[in-house]
Amino acid sequence: MSRIRTIARRSFLIGSAAILGGVAFGTYAYRKPYPNPLQGKGAALTPYVLIDADGVTLIAPRAEMGQGVMTTLAALLAEEMDLTLDQVQVAHGPAASAYFNGAVLEEGVPFVPTDDSWLAEGSRALMRVPAKFLGMQVTGGSSSIPDAYDKMRAAGAVARAALVAAAARRLGVEAAGFTTEGGAVFAADGTRLAYTDLAVEAAASDLPAVPPLKPRVAWKLLGRSLPRVDMVAKVTGAAQFTIDLRLPGMLFATARCNPALGAAMISHDASAALALPGVVKVVEVEGGVVVLADSTYSAFRAADAVTFDWAPASYPADTAAMVAATAAVFDPAHKDSRKRDDGDVDALLAPGAAFEASYAVPYLAHATMEPMGAAAWLKDGRLQVWAGSQLPSQILVEGAAITGLPQAAIEVHTTMMGGGFGRRAEVDVIRQAITAAKAVAGTPVLLTWRREEDMTHDAYRPMAQARARATLADGKVAALDLHIAAPAVIASQAGRLGYRLPGADATIVQGAWEQPYGFPNYRVTGYRVPAGVPVGWWRSVGASQNAFFHESVVDELAQLAGADPLAFRLSQISHAPSRAVLEAVAESAGWSGALPAGHARGVAFCLSFGVPCAEVIEVAQTAAGIALVAAHAAVDVGVALDPRNIEAQVQGAMVFGLSAAVSGEITFANGAAEQQNFWDYQPLRLNQCPPITVRVLENGDRIRGIGEPGTPPAAPALANAIFALNGLRIRQLPLNRAVTFA
Amino acid sequence: MWIKVNGTGVDVTADPETPLLWVLRDALNLTGTRYGCGVGACGACTVLLDGVAVRSCQIALRDVGAGAVTTIEGLGTPEALHPLQAAWIEHQVAQCGYCQSGQIMQAASLLAQTPAPSDLEIDEAMVGNLCRCGTYPRIRAAIHAAAAQLHKA
Repeated sequence: MSRIRTIARRSFLIGSAAILGGVAFGTYAYRKPYPNPLQGKGAALTPYVLIDADGVTLIAPRAEMGQGVMTTLAALLAEEMDLTLDQVQVAHGPAASAYFNGAVLEEGVPFVPTDDSWLAEGSRALMRVPAKFLGMQVTGGSSSIPDAYDKMRAAGAVARAALVAAAARRLGVEAAGFTTEGGAVFAADGTRLAYTDLAVEAAASDLPAVPPLKPRVAWKLLGRSLPRVDMVAKVTGAAQFTIDLRLPGMLFATARCNPALGAAMISHDASAALALPGVVKVVEVEGGVVVLADSTYSAFRAADAVTFDWAPASYPADTAAMVAATAAVFDPAHKDSRKRDDGDVDALLAPGAAFEASYAVPYLAHATMEPMGAAAWLKDGRLQVWAGSQLPSQILVEGAAITGLPQAAIEVHTTMMGGGFGRRAEVDVIRQAITAAKAVAGTPVLLTWRREEDMTHDAYRPMAQARARATLADGKVAALDLHIAAPAVIASQAGRLGYRLPGADATIVQGAWEQPYGFPNYRVTGYRVPAGVPVGWWRSVGASQNAFFHESVVDELAQLAGADPLAFRLSQISHAPSRAVLEAVAESAGWSGALPAGHARGVAFCLSFGVPCAEVIEVAQTAAGIALVAAHAAVDVGVALDPRNIEAQVQGAMVFGLSAAVSGEITFANGAAEQQNFWDYQPLRLNQCPPITVRVLENGDRIRGIGEPGTPPAAPALANAIFALNGLRIRQLPLNRAVTFA
Repeated sequence: MWIKVNGTGVDVTADPETPLLWVLRDALNLTGTRYGCGVGACGACTVLLDGVAVRSCQIALRDVGAGAVTTIEGLGTPEALHPLQAAWIEHQVAQCGYCQSGQIMQAASLLAQTPAPSDLEIDEAMVGNLCRCGTYPRIRAAIHAAAAQLHKA
């Protein structure tokens, strides 16, 4: 089994590969806008492969937040280098622009500019805004695998070719007939030369152009279910998350900030806190304080003893006012986008259309199992930061701004994330840790948020509303006009990083406007709710609410048409991969089969992040309430690199969506989030979780990431199942406001 | 104050009111026991006290007394895995992994009392252990597999 490795900074900064025995290989020389962090400035190659006396190490450009990315990246590399998986160690790379994520850039869209199909437009729109972050090292948007699929294989192929060439030079013969296996080059006569022995010579010469990659039929690792490289550490307690970090002489810290999000701290009194045992210092940070102590418990207790005078929130004070503010933007003045406008919706939809309905969803917290945390150490003109971050390169920017140090004096250690889901694309806790470390320069600081701070200081999934009008003809949708009101997630998130992004916000209509239905008159309009409560990336982002809106509407229209909900969808979708996932999930669920009395099924579909995903949920009425008794999903990822890991991601994404659908809700009173902890923000628990089957298809045009697409259909599939069960059409989440669950 | 952790007596200097969780993590560096909620609502901090699963965030240091505390580090090691840990690997349960120490300790307590649990018994035992990655189906499968393995042994 492959292992996880930590590499000292000095290994990355070697001026001469031979001196410290580490050699870095990379590729993509034709895209070399950034310096190679493994070899100092000016090197041409982006670095992924380190070979030293310990063997081959993959420098992973993306962070492990539970999605298994380390394992799949290692397999991509091992495949081309003819290594076994256990011969590749994996380390998180440093924060560096060289590790930019190409798949979140618009340039990465595989469509010619004239291709204005819904598929091309949908892909471009999702990439347009992140393109502003050119050079940013992003883990998110289900982009890691699409980004790495070519890069990692090419890195492996180049390294292999360089090693073979070095072996040929050493032996003084042509490389023809050379083979590679198990970490060594074999000459035609059988002479064996280990990679570790050849590495320095291989790196000393110019790297070759990228050789042809292995055809799929030759794959030995890819396409198979592999053991995760992080699994043993995670089941023995050895895995080290950010808040498990222990540094010499370290202070433990916690933060307490204004519950009115983004508002200032007017004043505070820390005298009682400072009198408590173990408390070292109370440091002012943006909107609050950080308490430093000799243990996390001491810091938590002391934070409770600080008294504050908080400035009020800049946004509406309570949920009712926020709902009203959202409802107030369905007008031309607040129009953000109209990305789909097929046919002539107005001509068919006179006032009093056949179908009209309104839908609403609440704010949601990420509630990662590991609360927010970060460590920082400012010493001798250098800053080190440890964080499980989806945006490690941004930490360099933040660290420089707070400390005044040049970015070259800042080192970022990416740690394992105890859940990310988009929350760790924020830098709030990282800024606090750096600010606290600056106040106690020379001493390392580990900052851990209390769960209550985490729940009440999130960048939430937005509250949103939708209004739909539609009419039917011949049992199909003749016209659908969908209006969606939500705040702008990208503008909010980027704004907190100091970037201003003009133009429409793709997330407002993501998961609704680009769906592959062929309705002849079809319009999707987004309206922007003025910025208020901070909103952020939440697993599947805009699709998390918009699939609920869109697929509830489609289900209602199927019922109006008197049609089977699954057949109704199939009759209006021609995109073959989308049809295939609907057909596959119908087969898994035995859709046409009879159900026991008191059972019912619901179906929903969403195309997000390029992945068509269909889900079916079976519910049963029990004495204790509605139980989820079975769930089925089918997805199309284009190329399935690790089927068992894809299954895990889809199951997890579905559970994430179901948690929100059943009971997820953040409400506000007096400008503060009301939910505090897991007793009042209840995710799904094991006894509520149904068995989940997953079908993984490969009909799509190219490889896709799978962290998010399983989430959007979960809520509408469950709501549609409840309608099938008892005739109750629930148009507001969470569902437990309307029905009782077992 | 002396307490017994993973078979060894240790002398801890801390406020007797300190929750066992923070003694383990901050004083003894046994960070495999995770902090999730601090109020006994998530199960991430689950350890065994005399073989029975407890939430270490809800047990004050002074209440540990002579009880034997077992943490995930004391359950098994990569070289000598507990059958539950082996089953977790076999079924590739963990995603982010943060809750899994607590899940495994809770399951260890279950199997100690109920060697061949039914689905309903697993539901009842594991209801207090949250997982945000949604690994529940594999947790259930791994508990059944470990039970079968223990039965065979």
